[in-house]
Amino acid sequence: MSAFDAAAVYDPDRAGHGRNTTAHAAGELASKRIIVGYGFWIFLLSDIVMFSAFFATYAVLVGSTAGGPSGRELFNLPNVAIETACLLLSSFTCGLASIGARMHRGSWFYGAMAATCLLGAMFLGIELHEFAGMIARGAGPTRSAFLSAFFTLVGCHGLHVTAGLLWLLTMVAQVFAKGYRADILRRILCFSLFWHTLDIIWVALFTVVYLMGAGR
Amino acid sequence: MSRSDQENDWQPLDTAPGDERVDGHEIAEGVGGYLVGLALATLLTVVSFFVSSTTLVWEPSIPVALVVLAIAQMGVHLVFFLHITSGPDNLNNVMALAFGVLIVLLLLGGSLWIMAHLNQNMMSMDQIMQMQR
Repeated sequence: MSAFDAAAVYDPDRAGHGRNTTAHAAGELASKRIIVGYGFWIFLLSDIVMFSAFFATYAVLVGSTAGGPSGRELFNLPNVAIETACLLLSSFTCGLASIGARMHRGSWFYGAMAATCLLGAMFLGIELHEFAGMIARGAGPTRSAFLSAFFTLVGCHGLHVTAGLLWLLTMVAQVFAKGYRADILRRILCFSLFWHTLDIIWVALFTVVYLMGAGR
Repeated sequence: MSRSDQENDWQPLDTAPGDERVDGHEIAEGVGGYLVGLALATLLTVVSFFVSSTTLVWEPSIPVALVVLAIAQMGVHLVFFLHITSGPDNLNNVMALAFGVLIVLLLLGGSLWIMAHLNQNMMSMDQIMQMQR
């Protein structure tokens, strides 16, 4: 397998032929980037399946407040709107960073990654502030089944964002230390797929948890 | 730099994740794609926040509208940010996505369906207390 991949990616003779442009359509080997992207996409789908289990749990338990506060009393929609804006903009800047990386343009890549990191950190800060406020009000995860499910679901997304931020920093460090090597560009591709997927999950989250919870 | 030469080759319009064009004069197109995605996603987000708090819409239809808007926004993210499109390189990604959607629907629908039936067939706590008297 590695021999074929190496040939598909590194064979300099194929570069100028123009054959590789239609290679995949003609049933030849796909480039390593496409294979890596596909493999990572499978992982992301498994992550989405895991989140859907948490969503199902939350939807089942949303009414079980055990006399405690419901979402309507707890959720602060303006805060959620700011969180959503942060994550959406960070998804955009992450896309810009991946373009900058593939162009080997440092200022673009580092600037966009810094913006992504800052927006992601802002999102996490607002979320932690919200969690701390809820726990201070006595609405922690132990209060009711609804709140357990809420903290599991939203906290799991927050943990993913934290992991994404750490990954972002290691990608910046790798580019800084090793440059725009092909394998590092593939890692940046995986990172950007991960970050965009977190935003997709947040779309489901703010709709199901916050908008439906606060509006009802 | 055989690798960057190879990357700068012409590529078909629909490309799998990571296979977008990187050629200098086509950067604008790549950024433009992300801008279109950002604009559409912002629009859908603003509409769903508006719908959730407005009194202009018939109230029972609000959850349905929110779900439709969310699914539309996920589609926008998939196409413009993750580049899951209908190109030939993307067939495997789309098939995997279809399988993932199937599992998610089974999981969500199955859980909600079964738990709703359980709730219906089970007496509430008050009724049980009444019977024990």
